[in-house]
Amino acid sequence: MGKPYDVAIAGGGIVGAACADECAAAGLSVAVVEPGPMGGGATAAGMGHLVVMDDSPAQIALTNYSRTLWMNLASALPPDVEYVAAGTVWVAADDEEMSEVHRKRALYESIGVRAEVLDARQLAEAEPHLRPGLAGALLVPDDAVIYPPCGARFLLERAQAHGATLLRVAAKELRGEGIKLSDGSFLSAGITINATGAWARDLTPGIEVRKRKGHLVITDRYPGWVRHQLVELGYLKSAHSISTDSVAFNVQPRKTGQLLIGSSRQYGADHSSIDTHMIHRMLARAREYLPGLADLSAVRCWTGFRAATPDKLPLIGPSPHDARLYLATGHEGLGITTSLATGKLVADQILYRPSAIPVEPYLPGRKQEDAHA
Amino acid sequence: MPKLKVDGVIVDAPEGSMVSAAVSLAGKQSFRRSVTGEPRSPLCGMGICFECRVTIDGRPHMRSCQVPCRPGMEVRTDG
Repeated sequence: MGKPYDVAIAGGGIVGAACADECAAAGLSVAVVEPGPMGGGATAAGMGHLVVMDDSPAQIALTNYSRTLWMNLASALPPDVEYVAAGTVWVAADDEEMSEVHRKRALYESIGVRAEVLDARQLAEAEPHLRPGLAGALLVPDDAVIYPPCGARFLLERAQAHGATLLRVAAKELRGEGIKLSDGSFLSAGITINATGAWARDLTPGIEVRKRKGHLVITDRYPGWVRHQLVELGYLKSAHSISTDSVAFNVQPRKTGQLLIGSSRQYGADHSSIDTHMIHRMLARAREYLPGLADLSAVRCWTGFRAATPDKLPLIGPSPHDARLYLATGHEGLGITTSLATGKLVADQILYRPSAIPVEPYLPGRKQEDAHA
Repeated sequence: MPKLKVDGVIVDAPEGSMVSAAVSLAGKQSFRRSVTGEPRSPLCGMGICFECRVTIDGRPHMRSCQVPCRPGMEVRTDG
């Protein structure tokens, strides 16, 4: 047993890496415990869409803050992180969804997020492969796209440059005073952080984090075929209810010219193998918006598990049962976007620094209301 | 013999041959470029390796070793 670290983090995904980056930059001694590839868990299940989402005031605050952090970081990111400010186009299928476009634009404007309404003609010009007859869209030009595993690796390397240590072992037990490792040793720490994504409950039983399975498909290279991240406007409200299996139209242009096609969400699916009926539903939904997808060639599909909470907000901060055990998990489909803010909020609390946004909505001890009860 | 165009060059392909043969007859050594710009050409010849992809009549990423030549085809390589 060596000298205790100030902070020991279980999980080398993008959230653990962001926590390590912030803590190490603040001068704390940091160890990260990750047996697998960097960002190989929930991080690899993410599309890498950096997006402001408005499902709740706390979600807006966290995504907007974190997207600003990404925008500020963009020029420092290496090329393989593939940051592209592609912008999001929230597609409205009919007049009812178009009224939602106007509501969303007004809300975004009130918090300083640039957003522009596209009518049907402007949408067709912006994205010629969308089917005719759509009502319009909201363009959010500063939303962006990254390749998440390389984002995680970049943050971790920056932490290591500030002295952080990476341990290629698994965490077997997590307590406030340290982490019991798979090699039998005990890693002592002043603070421990559970950043193991969808697997967080294995180390911290009882927390309200569930595995939610998602499928992704990636095509061959068709540069310029889609120009923005295209998402159906009903994405959260109608398409992704909290309780049932669901799919939604969500297509992203990669820097390579490939198209990344999502999205699906399933509870209770513990196996990582492909569920062909979910892939079929997901692609059928995507073809309703982009009929020409049927003629493109897909090269790979895969699944992953995201960490879902009942109120759709992450758990960020000390456990109510152990002030030295921090949680940084439960980010579900927004973990890539909100990773940087999570790192800030964790370091702020450890160091008693003021935070840029209120931390209370994300504290693990909060009373969670089911967002769709 | 089907007459088709490969990068603007007219090729008389033997009856029953695949587009990959026509591309070779047109003198192309490289059928496409990899992500990092390296030249690529057929490896397996049976539709598995995807190295021989070309654009046929405007459709990108067609496996040239799997598509029979037809008269009037417009084939484009990125080689």
